[in-house]
Amino acid sequence: MIINHPILGPRDAAEFVYKGDASLINRPDPQSDNAAERFYEYGYLRDNPAGLHRELWFHEQGDRSWLVVTRDTTTHEITKVELARDVARAEGRSR
Amino acid sequence: MRYSGFRVIKEALTGHRGWGPAWRDAAPKPHYDYVIIGGGGHGLATAYYLAKEFRQSSIAVIEKGWIGGGNVGRNTTIIRSNYLLDGNEPFYEFSLQLWEGLEQELNYNAMVSQRGILNLIHSDGQRDAFIRRGNAMILNGADAELLTTEQIVARYPFLNVNNARFPIKGGLAQHRGGTVRHDAVAWGYARGADQHGVDIIQNCEVTGFQIKDGVCTGVETTRGFIGAKKVASCVAGSSSRVMGMAGMRLPIESHVLQAFVSEGLKPLLPGVITFGAGHFYCSQSDKGGLVFGGDIDGYNSYAQRGNLPVVEDVCEGGMAIFPNLGRARLLRMWGGVMDMSMDGSPIIDRTHIDGLYFNGGWCYGGFKATPASGFAYAHLLATDTPHKTATAYRLDRFAKGGMIDEKGVGNQPNLH
Repeated sequence: MIINHPILGPRDAAEFVYKGDASLINRPDPQSDNAAERFYEYGYLRDNPAGLHRELWFHEQGDRSWLVVTRDTTTHEITKVELARDVARAEGRSR
Repeated sequence: MRYSGFRVIKEALTGHRGWGPAWRDAAPKPHYDYVIIGGGGHGLATAYYLAKEFRQSSIAVIEKGWIGGGNVGRNTTIIRSNYLLDGNEPFYEFSLQLWEGLEQELNYNAMVSQRGILNLIHSDGQRDAFIRRGNAMILNGADAELLTTEQIVARYPFLNVNNARFPIKGGLAQHRGGTVRHDAVAWGYARGADQHGVDIIQNCEVTGFQIKDGVCTGVETTRGFIGAKKVASCVAGSSSRVMGMAGMRLPIESHVLQAFVSEGLKPLLPGVITFGAGHFYCSQSDKGGLVFGGDIDGYNSYAQRGNLPVVEDVCEGGMAIFPNLGRARLLRMWGGVMDMSMDGSPIIDRTHIDGLYFNGGWCYGGFKATPASGFAYAHLLATDTPHKTATAYRLDRFAKGGMIDEKGVGNQPNLH
């Protein structure tokens, strides 16, 4: 697989480490009332779709950026690559 | 029809006109006591033991394609019970004991071959870990023997024991481990289940569950609605898709695991060997091909095919211990979809929906578990209590902190 890095251009997927579902960006608030249950769901439950999947890849052998890759799990076709930083900012996670 | 040597001779002399189909191609009835989703090794074994050991009737196995066409048909056929943790080892040892009696039990030649499995040791720390594991195995009634490098060379003279980076310092052997003809496992259980009245319904894909007030009363399929008192999902690889139709999210990711077969060679490798410093395992099939594999690719996939970096990694691992492998040409390679659970161990449990049961999360250890998985799942279905060797395989263990993490790597499925 080739991942089209937004800054570095097309890179071999072997340069990356795979983390999992991009919803991991949305860590629950540890102060919330149901924090234990939400952290259980965050840590252990996954949608695991057959089809389009947004997922986190870490460019360990490159610029060490985190990416959000949109990939079809039935064909391995990659349709979108974003910097995880941009995704997190757009969701108000970071300033 | 009972298979025997006498029968083979009789059929040979009479033109092989007496062989009938090994199981009926059943059409779905409107209602069963038990509907098992998934006609793979585990589903068929579950149906067999449910009918034979637990004396239940009115059982159907429904399969979206043909039986044995999933992961039981695309694995590396290894059986063993060399686990460390209390939640796992008694279960896998029970499975190995069932393998030992399987062919007589089923009257079917599954080519169970206890040729032994050898885990190679490459460092002092690894020797300590393997001694600990060997002791855990012996405490649970399995067999284990620590071999010296000299003992290993006597049996495997071609191994590269003096590799500069990963020298072979010894090995942990389980002589009762080995290989089994994988397709024959599915066919043998299918035939056995059929003889006990189980309906095996192929080309019948589940499209939904009928759930009312927290009770599951049947499944919608491409061949119509089938009512059931108990519905049992047994579809590892596709567990999230099937249980998603019941509104459940699982502690599972689907990953692709590749396997490889070389061209046919003369007898070379007497047992199963595994590389301890990387991830590589290899045996030689009865047709002569070297059957080997390694790590999963590491990303979510339902594609049943992998990518080249893992091919390179597996072959590098093989070449490190087994340099003459480089002279063999690769004949076939394929990928299977694994239920990778959050702690690397399986789940056999009830769900929060009455009448709906779940068996999955086999990671890439499902084949060796086939008989015990079927037995334990049948026990759960028939009695609503877990089998004594499968009490740890709870669905709620992730919420309650009861993880069974052999490698100790945490909730990262691609590392198990």
